[in-house]
Amino acid sequence: MSGWEPVIGLEIHVQLKTRTKMFCGCELSFGEEPNTRTCPVCLGLPGSLPVTNARAIHYGLLMGMALGSELAPRSIFHRKNYFYPDQAKNYQISQYDIPLCSGGRLGDVRLHRIHLEEDAAKLVHVGESGRIHGSESSIVDYNRGGTPLAEIVTEPDIHSAEQARDWLNLLRVTLRQLGVSDVNMEEGSLRADANVSVRREGDAKLGTKTELKNMNSFRFLMQGINAEVKRQVALLEAGDRVVQETLHFDPVSGRLSPLRSKEEAHDYRYFPEPDLVPVVPTEAMLAEAREALPELPADRAQRYERDWRLPADAARLFAFEPAWGDYFEEAATAAAPLEARPVANRVTELRGRLDAGADPFVSNVPASATAKLAALVAERRITAGNARKVLDVMVAGGGDPAEIAEREGLGAMEDDGELAAVVARVIADHAEIAERVRGGNAKAIGALVGPVMRETRGRADGGEVNRLLREQLGV
Amino acid sequence: MSDLLQLTAAQAAERIRTGELEPEALWSAYRERAAGDELNAFTWVAGPEAPAVPKEAPLGGVPVAVKDLFATEGIPSQAGSKILEGYRPPYTATAVERLHSAGAPVLGKTNQDEFAMGSSTEHSAYGPTLNPWDRTRVPGGSSGGSAAAVAAGTAPWAIGTDTGGSIRQPAALCGIVGMKPTYGAVSRYGMIAFASSLDQAGPFTRDVTDAALLLGAMVGRDPRDSTSLALPDPIALPSASDLRGVRIGVPEELTGEGIEPGVLARLEETLDLARELGATVETMRLPHAPHALAAYYLLAPAEASSNLARYDGVRYGLRADGNGDLLHMYTATREAGFGAEVKRRIMLGTYALSSGYYDAYYGRAQKVRTRISEDFKTAWESFDFVATPTSPSVAFELGAKLDDPLAMYLNDFCAVPMSLAGIPAISIPNGLADGLPTGFQLCGPAFSENRILDAAYALERAIGFDGSGARA
Repeated sequence: MSGWEPVIGLEIHVQLKTRTKMFCGCELSFGEEPNTRTCPVCLGLPGSLPVTNARAIHYGLLMGMALGSELAPRSIFHRKNYFYPDQAKNYQISQYDIPLCSGGRLGDVRLHRIHLEEDAAKLVHVGESGRIHGSESSIVDYNRGGTPLAEIVTEPDIHSAEQARDWLNLLRVTLRQLGVSDVNMEEGSLRADANVSVRREGDAKLGTKTELKNMNSFRFLMQGINAEVKRQVALLEAGDRVVQETLHFDPVSGRLSPLRSKEEAHDYRYFPEPDLVPVVPTEAMLAEAREALPELPADRAQRYERDWRLPADAARLFAFEPAWGDYFEEAATAAAPLEARPVANRVTELRGRLDAGADPFVSNVPASATAKLAALVAERRITAGNARKVLDVMVAGGGDPAEIAEREGLGAMEDDGELAAVVARVIADHAEIAERVRGGNAKAIGALVGPVMRETRGRADGGEVNRLLREQLGV
Repeated sequence: MSDLLQLTAAQAAERIRTGELEPEALWSAYRERAAGDELNAFTWVAGPEAPAVPKEAPLGGVPVAVKDLFATEGIPSQAGSKILEGYRPPYTATAVERLHSAGAPVLGKTNQDEFAMGSSTEHSAYGPTLNPWDRTRVPGGSSGGSAAAVAAGTAPWAIGTDTGGSIRQPAALCGIVGMKPTYGAVSRYGMIAFASSLDQAGPFTRDVTDAALLLGAMVGRDPRDSTSLALPDPIALPSASDLRGVRIGVPEELTGEGIEPGVLARLEETLDLARELGATVETMRLPHAPHALAAYYLLAPAEASSNLARYDGVRYGLRADGNGDLLHMYTATREAGFGAEVKRRIMLGTYALSSGYYDAYYGRAQKVRTRISEDFKTAWESFDFVATPTSPSVAFELGAKLDDPLAMYLNDFCAVPMSLAGIPAISIPNGLADGLPTGFQLCGPAFSENRILDAAYALERAIGFDGSGARA
């Protein structure tokens, strides 16, 4: 595959976490009985009319501001006409030539646009094929129909499946932090399609792209993109052409298959939705969105590196998990003037001891206790190794780290004479190893450190043990 | 009965208020008449039991006939179409709900051209409605059932919808008052849509006072219709006795070729009356008005092609067997459920919106629409109102234009410009020509309903039209 550059753009649909649907007052559905969250509007009954959800507009503005988009002073909805039972009206209300947000950037990927629309209903095809063609019958659940969606379209700035996954994760965390969506791929509140093409490295011209659909997990997204890049490269290397088409990802086989061309041959006959007035954000709406704007992951990571001098991976970790970021900041502030980096290490260790996704603020370990533990280590009153044991006790039942260390006999040895005696005893007990060290095998000294640490139950400082061993062995 | 029949709705409401008339008696009298309707004006008539009406209700309990296309909970709402045969909505249109709570319960549902597409009520899946002045003739359309019922006295008053003349033209052909208010004045929620950017509900009444009374109870901003608007002032009962200082413009483009001589003669006579009442009357230009019909027949079908897409057999209404295949179920259902005129307009509209044709058809028609609005705005710099005949002709014979869609479309030649501009317009009875009613149309700027009603009231008294002949 060398010599080829994949060019990837993503089209992401995000279900917005509003209370009610995009154009009616029905509450959003989370697994209710089919067709119980419906009304004349989302069922498309004769005479019913849509009314735009103000909260969805607010979320749209919030996303646009967070991602640096240009916000349209006046945007409109269009009707996208197509006959299919997943749209009760046989048209979808969507934005077309004037989206709510244009441009923008997240991380290293530029955005093309963000627009709002309504989600389709859920179809279940009864019969072997599982698709509408060849099924015996189909049933429709309109609960999902009309759920607010934001469609986020990137520029083709992505060049590998891994980059696509990482960027999508950044987007996910950003949107979650904005509070606009649950952004769960498995549950369908985040859906990503990918436009994929390849070109010779160094070429400026884009190749013919294909559109990949139905990759409903991060793993499938990567699988799908990798498979498609491979397929296109093989085609081009064999002297064939890539045909522009839509490909459907089958999660069972991991294969891509073209949708029947008939299914895509649509003339959507877009025209401005006459039932809705234009969206004209007022100064008050913009101010409300500005005020609701939290610090975003990319900014937060930068701040942790700059202000707290954390290494990039720790900064990214705390930025992507805002609860842990907040916890870290509280602990680091309490531990000041201690450096933040060792505090971050203790927080990371705590995170590893809690269940995935747990909220550190409701654990047995308050941020002040973690700060104290970090201070004990920094003051050499406890070794890093024994700090982990203290942390285990704290996680299990809370408590003050100094008291735990005292009670459990995990405090660092303060009397150097005691440690020197242990070292002397260990050298005597391991005469053969001691001889090897004296004979010039410096590495063998490690074999003596272990017994010393065992004898002192980890209370000895590793550096001090090394120093004493060398001193007594005369190397 | 005959006494009751002579009362306008306002007079009947007044008598109920003073205790001279029991609302139940009024209900029974009209219900029996509606049930015995020989004009096919009704597609459904309420049961004998009079609905409870609050004592203080401003419309007093005077029942109202409602065009079929208004959604009425539990009551057939078929929009004149076979595709909605037997369809009973689970909710009621805002306008009907407002009338009900104001004291005008639903007497019955009235016949109409299918999905309001037509000017004769012959395009109804439930048979044509007859004109009470001459039962061999059409009542106009699309709200022909409502117009015929009010003219024949089988209903004290009625409501209908006007997309390109569907209230004003049948009002004219039946010799009654019909008004299309400013676009947005009455909520469209629950009105089965024809063309969303044009559809407006309005009253059919025997006189202008009734029109003001009924319209006043329908208007208002509705949170369920984001295109609805609050009028700057409530609708007032008209009281003007003259037209002093009023400037009336008469557009050359809408008073020339194609208008029957009898209709033009009545127009001239009424303009003379207006002068006698103190108005100045001048000929003026609406340069783009002659293009209105062409633009309308692109825009309205375009919207209709999308609005009517939902009638597919999946959720409600007719479903034809498609041999187990979705596409065939769609086509078989729509083939069987829609009439020829509706199919024609769906095809026109689909074509006008198609990729590659959009700019040439839909786009250009929108530009014409803007020009027409501008023509009117220019007119309001010099005139308070613009007056035209409502319809170029009197009621024509059943079947006369059924095979000639263009001739049918020309019925709305004088009515469509106001629809495209979204401005209010009224049609009042303007005397007979060849023994059949003609209509006088008066329109004004957006939200000028009260001024239009006042002027129409003064003219109505001067004209002195007697419509009782149709109520026999």
